Amino acid sequence: MSADVELDHVTIRFGDFTAVNDANLRIEEGEFFSFLGPSGCGKTTILRAVSGFLDPSEGEVRIGGKNMWGIGPNKRPTALIFQNLALFPLMSVADNIAFGLEVRGVSKFERRKRADELLSLIALSDQGEKLVTALSGGQRQRVAIARALAVEPEVLLLDEPLSALDLKLRQHMRTELRAIQQRVGITFIYITHDQGEALTMSDRVAVMSAGVVQQIDNGTTIYNDPATAFVASFVGENNPFSGKVTKADNGFAVIDSKFGPLRGRNNQGLKEGDDAILFIRPEALVLANGKAQSENVVEAAVVNEEFEGQFVKIYLKGEGPKDIGLSVINDASTELPEEGQTTRIVFDPDRAVVLPVGEMADE
Amino acid sequence: MSDFIGIFLAVLLAILIAPHVQKHAGAILSGVTRINFVQRNGVLISTYLIVAVLTWTVVMIVLPQLYMMDYSFRHNLLPNDIGGPKDVHTLEHYRYLLFGRPGDVELMNWLHLKVFGRTILVSVLITLVDFALCYPIAYYMAQVAKGGKARLLVLCLILPFWVNEILRAFAFRILFGTGGVINVLLVGMGFVDEPIDFLKADVGLYAGLSYAYILLMIFPIYNAVESLDHNQVEAARDLGSPWWRIHYRVVMPHAKPGIASGCTMVFMLCAGALAAPQILGGPSSLWFTQIIYQWFNTGGNWPRGAAYAFVLLIICIVFVMAVMRVFNVRFGEIAK
Repeated sequence: MSADVELDHVTIRFGDFTAVNDANLRIEEGEFFSFLGPSGCGKTTILRAVSGFLDPSEGEVRIGGKNMWGIGPNKRPTALIFQNLALFPLMSVADNIAFGLEVRGVSKFERRKRADELLSLIALSDQGEKLVTALSGGQRQRVAIARALAVEPEVLLLDEPLSALDLKLRQHMRTELRAIQQRVGITFIYITHDQGEALTMSDRVAVMSAGVVQQIDNGTTIYNDPATAFVASFVGENNPFSGKVTKADNGFAVIDSKFGPLRGRNNQGLKEGDDAILFIRPEALVLANGKAQSENVVEAAVVNEEFEGQFVKIYLKGEGPKDIGLSVINDASTELPEEGQTTRIVFDPDRAVVLPVGEMADE
Repeated sequence: MSDFIGIFLAVLLAILIAPHVQKHAGAILSGVTRINFVQRNGVLISTYLIVAVLTWTVVMIVLPQLYMMDYSFRHNLLPNDIGGPKDVHTLEHYRYLLFGRPGDVELMNWLHLKVFGRTILVSVLITLVDFALCYPIAYYMAQVAKGGKARLLVLCLILPFWVNEILRAFAFRILFGTGGVINVLLVGMGFVDEPIDFLKADVGLYAGLSYAYILLMIFPIYNAVESLDHNQVEAARDLGSPWWRIHYRVVMPHAKPGIASGCTMVFMLCAGALAAPQILGGPSSLWFTQIIYQWFNTGGNWPRGAAYAFVLLIICIVFVMAVMRVFNVRFGEIAK
């Protein structure tokens, strides 16, 4: 069984500090939903409020339409997978998995059967008698998932469970987690600071910063149409150009940057005279190479070039301390500028977004 | 007896000249420094460590105990007869503890055996009471309280123990005496008409003994519980576990070495306590150590005192080992 989770204007304070500020969202039944944000943005606090380790200072957390206020973690239809997994080291793998059933008074025989089923689900059959300390990192990961699934939760909560794994295993576990979620069909709420994890696995992502939910959407929209300067600068690489809006019409806005007028899409309804930032992705920037261009031309000196194989990364002197980065596909036909040489780059206004000035993610 | 003095002197001598031998004999030195322990700690420090530990265990613990053991198997002789033809080994003192004086009406020495049994039984009960009292406190300090609060609590626990043991025992007399604080309160509030003689009922003794070793229970458990990852407690709770099962299945198994260490210390020290029973014991009740003390002191019978003390020591050790076996605690674990 699966349940939806609603955060109805949830605010959580610790003393004077507001960890979560008016989070208002609905996670659908069976959805894979991620909270993405830098450490300290309040995403773990939200997870603890859903799992029942704390209650919101204001607002309501509802699971399956039921207000969860005052209901402890042992009484909620949720199961949490901890960042460090928190497996019980003194118990065998099977006992770990069956712990939630033992608590519910399920008979020993029944527990053993269920544990065996779950062991085969996570491809660890015949490892039930081992101590968890004898397993590898990826195996422990799967035991933690099985232990949580054993209690048949309606919502599974995952607190950065892949962060301790090495890159290869992490990528493998992403696929595996997504597959398990589709198989069991319950709601997954996933907490991470790793945008790759969030974008690849999730149906929808909520990007958070400083306790505020900045944007909720699917991965493609988050990447292509960021709603705030924070989302634009936190998710993926982006080149900011700041200036005042000089013209706004037909869904586009022009800003007067240090490099001249630049035009991009104006989804947030900025008006003439507003302070704004135009963001353009490195892969959307193109070398002009002498071709005449009517707009969105940036002329700057090449600071550095990095050969990455498939791409060549070129850095130009930007408006501030940060360089402008562009990725050029290594197709051998493009003529690359020399380091130190001044060059011109252009971009399609459809690929650029103009956003109100706001908090930017730290690099 | 003289051969024991001989061993004692030989060990002492060996310990004293060992550093000199090491310093002068280059061949020995190069051999010794190849030993891992010496390599890691340097010659000076490893010599000190070995000498200190050997002195502590051999000279201060093993030798006197062996001496005492030998004593317990000898007759209580006048100084003139020591070393003479009468000075032979005997089991008379052990026999005395079991059967009393030869020709006594009673078959067994019930008086002393009862005291012995009561000492062990009450020590077990006090250990259990201390565990019940200390486990929640230790858990609170280790897992619940944050920074400052935990430190304040530790301070509150330690400070009273700066007061001398004898004074603390007398304080319990004042608390539990017929004209003591508790009786004044009970009578004043009308709960009882007559003051209750807590000391005669040994309530004072049990309370005093329980209190005396509370720190030795709290700190080993605290250390063990503190090393438990709090996420495990939360994970158990999240999986639906009620609080008591979290303790039974997660916290206590993790803290088992600490619990074993605390219980062992409290039990051993309780069974061997002297000051608290002397001061707080009722007029008719005796603690086994008091009988031992009487043999050594007023009784003037050191061999018998030694025999009684040995029986207490051996039974306590056997008892502790048996309990550890039952709870599946390995001996090495309690030193953690």
